[in-house]
Amino acid sequence: MNRFILPLGGFALLVLVLFLGVKTSPERSTLQSVLIGKPAPEFTLPDLMNPGRQLSSKDWAGNAYVLNVWGTWCPGCRQEHETLLRIAQLGQAPLIGINWKDEDSLAHEWLAQLGNPYAAIVSDHSGRTAIDWGVYGAPETFLVDSQGLVQYRHVGPMTMEVWEKQFVPRITGKPVDPS
Amino acid sequence: MITRAARVVFVVFVALVSVWLALPAHAIDTTQFDDPVLQARYLKLTHELRCMQCQNTSIADSHVDLAADLRREVHDLVKAGKSEDEIREFMVARYGEFILFRPLVNARNLWLWLLPGVLLLAGVIIAIRVVRQRSGLVAQDDEPLEEETGR
Repeated sequence: MNRFILPLGGFALLVLVLFLGVKTSPERSTLQSVLIGKPAPEFTLPDLMNPGRQLSSKDWAGNAYVLNVWGTWCPGCRQEHETLLRIAQLGQAPLIGINWKDEDSLAHEWLAQLGNPYAAIVSDHSGRTAIDWGVYGAPETFLVDSQGLVQYRHVGPMTMEVWEKQFVPRITGKPVDPS
Repeated sequence: MITRAARVVFVVFVALVSVWLALPAHAIDTTQFDDPVLQARYLKLTHELRCMQCQNTSIADSHVDLAADLRREVHDLVKAGKSEDEIREFMVARYGEFILFRPLVNARNLWLWLLPGVLLLAGVIIAIRVVRQRSGLVAQDDEPLEEETGR
């Protein structure tokens, strides 16, 4: 009996390690942003609605804002658009859009057809600003607090549930439900 | 009847197809540096940075748009004279350690680097003990078994 203890123990350990590994491995949708708690990356980019004008992230400093990375080529962005319109109506925080690697004319068309939930939109044609924010797939939505620190990132289409559970408490300074 | 000539043609054909299949598909990334040192640095980095959208390929091997953007970023940083570590830091500051295929050597990751060696050592020790035990068994086997010889 004794000679089975070591192999069985080893096997049990292996099962445990693999189980924990699979359980805690980062999934596509849950990759934690390294920017959480750090100052939001700064940018100065052309205004999508008025390409001659430059908008800077400093324009919103001092207030909490929500930064949404989107593109007309992105199906998830189409999916979340209704939700963004609802969130904009609630008026809990201004919604800033980063139009990521898109064509201005397509973006204009999209907004004219579907409505514009954004307080301001900048065009990131080169994708440099998205890299600074660690964006790896649109849509992504960040929450920046009034101190200019990144508080949260949601990857994938925005839903009312995510908005109410993750964004609103952080905007209003209430404790976040850990579930 | 298969003639000798047909066989030769077949063998040559198979050989050519094999060579063609074995050619590396380098068409994704055609970036060239004048300086071979920079070229080597660029190639090394693009092969060890993860494509965050496809996750199991490097940015050098990915067709994804974001991988192309990250290659351009690496290109610009290499060209600006940044070191390998500086470029890795740049990427980790934005995408986290997950972007590195090769984990950093630090206190948190030390066990990752040491574990294979520890396991190998444990395996060798176990193997030596088993072999010693069994060589003892062989010596015993040579002695006549009383029960059998008694029959």
